[in-house]
Amino acid sequence: MEANIQPRITDETRPVWTLLDQIPDPEVPAISIVELGVIRDVQLSGKQVVVEMTPTYSGCPALKTMEDAVLAELQANGYEVNIRIVYKPAWTTDWLSEGAKAKLKAYGIAPPPRLTVKRFHPLDSDEPSRVSCPFCDSVDTKLTSQFGSTACKALYFCDGCRQPFELFKCH
Amino acid sequence: MGMNEALFTFSVRQADSALVLAQRLCEWCGHGPVLEEDIAMSNMGLDLIGQSRGYYSYAANIEGGGRSEDDLAFHRNEREFMNRCLVEQPNGDFGHTMMRSFFYSAFSALQHRELRSSTDETISGVAQKAWKELQYHARHTGQWIVRLGDGTEESHQRIQSSLDELWSFTEELFDTDRIDEQLVSEGIICDIGLLKPEWDVMVNDVLHAAGLVVPPKGYRSKGGMHGVHTEYLGHMLSEMQYLPRAYPDARW
Ligand SMILES: [Zn+2]
Repeated sequence: MEANIQPRITDETRPVWTLLDQIPDPEVPAISIVELGVIRDVQLSGKQVVVEMTPTYSGCPALKTMEDAVLAELQANGYEVNIRIVYKPAWTTDWLSEGAKAKLKAYGIAPPPRLTVKRFHPLDSDEPSRVSCPFCDSVDTKLTSQFGSTACKALYFCDGCRQPFELFKCH
Repeated sequence: MGMNEALFTFSVRQADSALVLAQRLCEWCGHGPVLEEDIAMSNMGLDLIGQSRGYYSYAANIEGGGRSEDDLAFHRNEREFMNRCLVEQPNGDFGHTMMRSFFYSAFSALQHRELRSSTDETISGVAQKAWKELQYHARHTGQWIVRLGDGTEESHQRIQSSLDELWSFTEELFDTDRIDEQLVSEGIICDIGLLKPEWDVMVNDVLHAAGLVVPPKGYRSKGGMHGVHTEYLGHMLSEMQYLPRAYPDARW
């Protein structure tokens, strides 16, 4: 239910969304911060704009960078900007569009598998059952570490093409 | 006690436990046994810093007296910190760190699962994220405990002594006082006592799979939530708070 909430884009706010869509995700520059899903709402009155953003992870160090980029981009286009950080609903990888997933794969990052609800127990496997390699599509892959170069990625190794790759974690 | 005062205290307690454990985990940065685990510990620390920021900024908001989240983190003394004593315990070896984080994250995951339905918008917002993150932490650390307990003779013996040492700090996780009772009655927080059986099952499953034995009942820690700590917290804070205290006008 909540996981599927998509931001509302009106004809009036579309120009702002278009500007925001040009800002790359600082950690995964293949996709924009709009495609990442961290921009939750844009409210416009005249040249005053309120942008609601949400962090991917609580301690995501890229959030500040993204805020600064939003400020700079919109101010450069004559807007007065106010940024509000919202925590609800919590960001989920389900908000990544199919288009964004394709871009991730082309960039060499395996896109996140879809969320499946399960009970919480520390001994349950948290590995998606099939992760295909973004380079050769082989599913002969294994988890190297749940924690990759950034909070949102896990490290995998492909036995098909003998290459390490990153998975955008399901979250 | 007024509702705002109770909410402030609860939020700072939550933030303190998360921040102190985050600082401990980040002490590993550059010292992890392998690169992946070094990164994993810093990543878990980062999640916890994010959670603590959510609570500190809320507390600063409620107080409304000009103290910022940074003031709360860096300009309070040991006796003003209200974290549970478990999280301030020194890192020890890698397994010891995993054991400490496992106990905390299994507890905190359950607590935040319930807090998602808090009648307080901010708390339920923080909880939505924390719940997802802490499940990862509990799985990651729990699975290491099994690997170490079920590993070599030496790894088994070392993780068993970590269990022996840290077990006495686990009961305190579930301690509550009048402030909690007040917030429970308002539907703002959950009664964590009700989560203990579930925590027991999860912990026992992991320890059993690891072939470890829970030590007999003995000493138990208490008082962290009221500012009474073990000898380790003061030393940790003196390092953590050094820079903003020595250079009060330092900026990021
Ligand atoms: Zn491959």
